[in-house]
Amino acid sequence: MPETLVPACQELEAAFREAWADQSFRDELDGLLADYAGRPSPITECHRLSAELGVRVLLKREDLNHTGSHKINNVLGQALLAKRMGKTRLVAETGAGQHGVASATAAALMGMECKVFMGEVDMERQALNVFRMRLLGAEVVPAMSGSRTLKDAVNEAMRDWVATVENTHYCLGSVMGPHPYPWMVREFHTVIGKESREQCAKLLENEIPDVVTACVGGGSNAIGIFSGFADTTAELVGVEPAGGAAVGRGVPGVVHGMKSYLMQDEFGQVQEAHSISAGLDYPGVGPEHSHLSSIGRARYEQVTDDEVIAAFQLLSRTEGIIPALEPAHALAWISRDRVKLAGKTVLLNMSGRGDKDVGQMMEILG
Amino acid sequence: MSPTLAEEGLTIPDAPAEPGEFELSLRATRESGRKLLIAYVTGGLHDEWPDVVRAVADAGADAIEIGIPFSDPVMDGPVIQEASELALRDGASPVTVLDTLRTIDAGVPLAVMTYYNLAFHMGHERFASLMYEAGVRAAILPDLPLEEVGPWASAADPAGIETVMLAAPTAPDERLPRVVARSRGFVYAVGLLGVTGERDALAESSLIIARRLKAITDKPVLVGVGVSNGQQAAEVSQVADGCVIGSALMRRVVEGDGPAGAGAFIADVRAALDAS
Repeated sequence: MPETLVPACQELEAAFREAWADQSFRDELDGLLADYAGRPSPITECHRLSAELGVRVLLKREDLNHTGSHKINNVLGQALLAKRMGKTRLVAETGAGQHGVASATAAALMGMECKVFMGEVDMERQALNVFRMRLLGAEVVPAMSGSRTLKDAVNEAMRDWVATVENTHYCLGSVMGPHPYPWMVREFHTVIGKESREQCAKLLENEIPDVVTACVGGGSNAIGIFSGFADTTAELVGVEPAGGAAVGRGVPGVVHGMKSYLMQDEFGQVQEAHSISAGLDYPGVGPEHSHLSSIGRARYEQVTDDEVIAAFQLLSRTEGIIPALEPAHALAWISRDRVKLAGKTVLLNMSGRGDKDVGQMMEILG
Repeated sequence: MSPTLAEEGLTIPDAPAEPGEFELSLRATRESGRKLLIAYVTGGLHDEWPDVVRAVADAGADAIEIGIPFSDPVMDGPVIQEASELALRDGASPVTVLDTLRTIDAGVPLAVMTYYNLAFHMGHERFASLMYEAGVRAAILPDLPLEEVGPWASAADPAGIETVMLAAPTAPDERLPRVVARSRGFVYAVGLLGVTGERDALAESSLIIARRLKAITDKPVLVGVGVSNGQQAAEVSQVADGCVIGSALMRRVVEGDGPAGAGAFIADVRAALDAS
């Protein structure tokens, strides 16, 4: 973490601590989450999919939120906080574009300026989201360095923030980066876990599912849903892309202001991640996932691009729900391990809808 | 020992009371009435980089910062990003750069500038001792702030590596003395809000941060980030003890000016400093 940003992070921590304890801030955020984002999101029981897999699958429908993913929970919180701190401008990184779209949306809602960095490679495969962000009034800037994906978009966003920290808030999109981000972003997503816990209590005889699963890139949607079940007997399973499995294949490292598992070469140079999903194309992972893994509270599985493509089609065909490629990773794991999971109840965080991926899948499936 | 996720704790050891070799050398030069000039050279960029180091030393740099290229240089602008990327593509690593460095007799003190993960990954003790064996006496890790410096400094101090701390324009008054107290070799004053790179004019903020630092320390204060030519170097050195020049030099190297061009540029900056 560059020295220039240390005072800004300290100021942000103090501001968040104060806001989070302030009932009027919480009420304002809850109001936006309900009336603007459409919370609470339902849980959908997947009858046909469950019959086909022999596993009872429930979906937490974050894909039904405004802007089409869980990202809006965090972004509305951060934008409100930024406004409270007197900042007039948001800068953000984005992989698949979901966090960028959510940031551009919040900026439009609150009358703030917004600049989004996106890897050049990702801008090509997620052209629709680039257009959406521009339509919402945001400036979208390609990250041209390194692997030209999410990791490099984070670098560019940090470089911008170093230069603009006086009037700008860095609206970071996952449970990663320097303190207080992993904690703050987690807090903004605990609403997913809290709602899920209450909904499961009504829906399930045992009140809690046997397994709670979510995809993991930086890991914000997973942390959000895990938070509701960390104190239960539910097994927590994060699913990483095989080409970007920081927990599964990384070793401890320090980058982007955090110490966590990181894919790197023998000298500590950060390696490029490779995944069909732009949103999970990140060689690191939020530090809380590294912690949950090292204490054994959560485990992390890997799936291949081909398994994800099959899962994407499976859910579309059996339930009429086109998933984003990111949560399709979690379904791909359920599908692969269905024999081991037979008879169990699995809650999957459906973190985003698949509209953004349809163009890419059209090319792949022909 | 391979790195672990375990917290080493946040204790920050006091910097040794006595200045190290690097700082003593800069102090002696300053005492002689000369403004200090440190040139930054990306290690491993083209086969000729040792000649670039020698050329800028001969042209009047008082010390040289060797950049060990890192995959994610978040404090660097486009020029040093490109230089780093090219060097990495040429196969540069901490080991190859330090191995080569030990064969270069530059005749001036050497510092390494790189990012913390390379030290963390190799292990603090090993990284510090490899640097020392290569003739390096100071380290600049721009993504390792005061709060996190403890584990590294505990290894670097006894190994003879002076850790230079960055002092940013955003630091409140209560923070600067703590940064200065922990800084060894010199104090690196960050000249502006932003990453490394050339600017058309010297930022007002570089004079302000230099003034704030000079008021509280007699350690050498050098301004880096955004010092782009002889005129700007002379301007900022009216307040500071000197400056660090990186991007303006590396742009010339990346563009193919070679050791001779690099030397000529540093000679110009030196002349401007000496004339001021």
